[in-house]
Amino acid sequence: MNDQSEVGSARFALVGVPNCGKTALFNQMTGSRQKVGNYAGVTVERKIGTARTPAGRKVDVVDLPGTYSLRARSPDEEVTRDVILGRRTGEAAPDLLICVADATNMRAALRLVLELKQVGRPMLLVLNMIDIARWRGIEIDTDALEAALGLPVVTATAVRKAGMEALWARLDALLAAGIAAPAPSVWAEPSAHDLRTAQREADRMVARAVRHPARPDTVTARIDSVLLHPVAGILCLLGLLFIMFQAVFTWAQPPMDLIAAGFDALGTLVRDVVPDGLVQSFLVDGAISGVGSVLVFLPQILILFLFILLLEDLGYMARAAFLMDRIMGGAGLHGRAFIPLLSSFACAIPGIMAARVIDNRRDRLTTILVAPLMTCSARIPVYTLIIGAFIPARTVAGVLSLQGLVMFGLYAAGIVSALAVSAVAKFLFWRRDPTPPFMLDLPDYKLPQPKSILIGLWTRAYMFLKRAGTTIFSMTVLIWLLATFPLPPAHATEPAITYSFAAMLGNLIHPLLAPVGFNWQISVALIPGMAAREVAVAALGTVYALQGGGDQAVGLALAHSWSLATALAFLAWYIFAPQCASTLAVIRREAGGAKWMWITFGYMLALAYVAAFLTYHIAVMFGAG
Amino acid sequence: MQHQNSFDGRPTVPLGQALKGFRGEIARIAADTTVSSLSADEIERRLIELGFVEGAEVQILHEGLFGHDPIAVRVNGATVALRRREAMAILAY
Repeated sequence: MNDQSEVGSARFALVGVPNCGKTALFNQMTGSRQKVGNYAGVTVERKIGTARTPAGRKVDVVDLPGTYSLRARSPDEEVTRDVILGRRTGEAAPDLLICVADATNMRAALRLVLELKQVGRPMLLVLNMIDIARWRGIEIDTDALEAALGLPVVTATAVRKAGMEALWARLDALLAAGIAAPAPSVWAEPSAHDLRTAQREADRMVARAVRHPARPDTVTARIDSVLLHPVAGILCLLGLLFIMFQAVFTWAQPPMDLIAAGFDALGTLVRDVVPDGLVQSFLVDGAISGVGSVLVFLPQILILFLFILLLEDLGYMARAAFLMDRIMGGAGLHGRAFIPLLSSFACAIPGIMAARVIDNRRDRLTTILVAPLMTCSARIPVYTLIIGAFIPARTVAGVLSLQGLVMFGLYAAGIVSALAVSAVAKFLFWRRDPTPPFMLDLPDYKLPQPKSILIGLWTRAYMFLKRAGTTIFSMTVLIWLLATFPLPPAHATEPAITYSFAAMLGNLIHPLLAPVGFNWQISVALIPGMAAREVAVAALGTVYALQGGGDQAVGLALAHSWSLATALAFLAWYIFAPQCASTLAVIRREAGGAKWMWITFGYMLALAYVAAFLTYHIAVMFGAG
Repeated sequence: MQHQNSFDGRPTVPLGQALKGFRGEIARIAADTTVSSLSADEIERRLIELGFVEGAEVQILHEGLFGHDPIAVRVNGATVALRRREAMAILAY
């Protein structure tokens, strides 16, 4: 029947409650680099990888979103249910369920194992994080658990290679003997009574097989007495965010200077080697000046991600959701929306996907609609460029950099507008509906794993570089072509770019954008900027390089040709503008319809226009025109 | 704090009304439909899944700034954050 032992193509599925280390186990088994973190809901999709056992057998491993039950309350949990029950079309049910439990707290996991037994698939239980359990003095009698559950039980430390030996040995033995054929499924959605009975049985097993230390570990409780303190906790959260944005500005400066100098040197070199003409212009003004003006922001993006990854691995994210619940609830957002929204600081795309953990469709939609308002890392180049050119680099109150403060203000504006938009949506559409519940596991703090942080940073750096090499580069080429051709007439009196397609296009759109204080150069930069926000910076770099700023950095060129009011209006525009094609595509997929994508596009564009308009005219009123 | 209920002759307190520092044992789960957008049965199932079953030891560790809400509850070795409104369904003594 289901004898796959000698074929070597057995299919294992990792299943367990949220945040028990399934993805860490998956990464260790398959050598993958999927994102891990210390909070519920890091994995919202199934991931498939291939592993080779120590005995040389090849197996497929499926990583699944965590769930408390196969009842499937949210889209991510539906994935888990469908894979385990074999309901996914074109995908056979797994041959073996590898149930993963957090060894430091396995009550919920054992209840899930009892429910999964009804599915009839062969199973194995892995007690993960056994190192932490031992360190805390928790003793587990695995033989007693095996006897009580009627399943093989092994211990593991998924974050270390050596912690996997027992699991591999057991899996090889199972494969050698042949995985048993599945029994018919008798699973049905558990009622409250079923859950209660199962939980009691699980608790009895824990009572028999697990010995807790006389003096329990109190590190988490002691840290939380500060970090979850009603007043100190909120101050710590704000302080943390503030330090994060200050660091993005100050720590990143030396490596950014280095990268900028590198590109300048490269430009000079090309100018010396390649003769004057179109080729030189393409290389220097197009490729180097365009891509270089975006790549220079890599250090800032990495510093931002370093903070986010550290907080995720520590286990702080769920705490932040706890602290923010009431504030977000007032704006009609679910407390769990905090994690998707915080992820959106990095990029709205993973943020929107993380909204899958929100079970209520209405709450999920609101979260998806406002996620692009959170300041993503692609806005950093735009903000930094303008702030660097127009805001003096001085300190306020002795220690705070003024530029950092403005940056913090832009982030705050994004957050406040997200809250305001969701409050308006709630008021307009679902004012009378009762608020859905907020229940969230607060994981114990864990020391971040340097390896997983480094992998996370590398993944981000790679994605950014890849974008610079593809989207940004091709858009830069497009801009260079538009800004160079047609070539100026022989006895041209104006800079060459004035005769180009770019100028024509810019002047065509300019009337629409003149009321918000934008010149034609900005108007033309916004078009390729629809593909990705950073492209606008590259486009401005190319346009101003061609206009004859010489080797002048794009920031200086802007400082000369823009008024402060225009610069501020441009910043205001970028808080709201829906300038990212990939985000819009993800919204269409996750919200289930093009309608939501157009709603997002429309409301963001309208807000951008109004915000830039007001900013420009207020600034002009104060004499900044 | 009101002792509006009793179980087995012992007075019970809804966890949603208990103060920070409260320690006790869960007497029963009694969700009602007015509490939230979910059905009482669904609330009950979710609370059980997070470990709130009869006999479990509970302690309120932390609370939020506004209206002392939400609360962080230690329940049999895990810490769970929930709003007081949902915690009203948990009767403890």
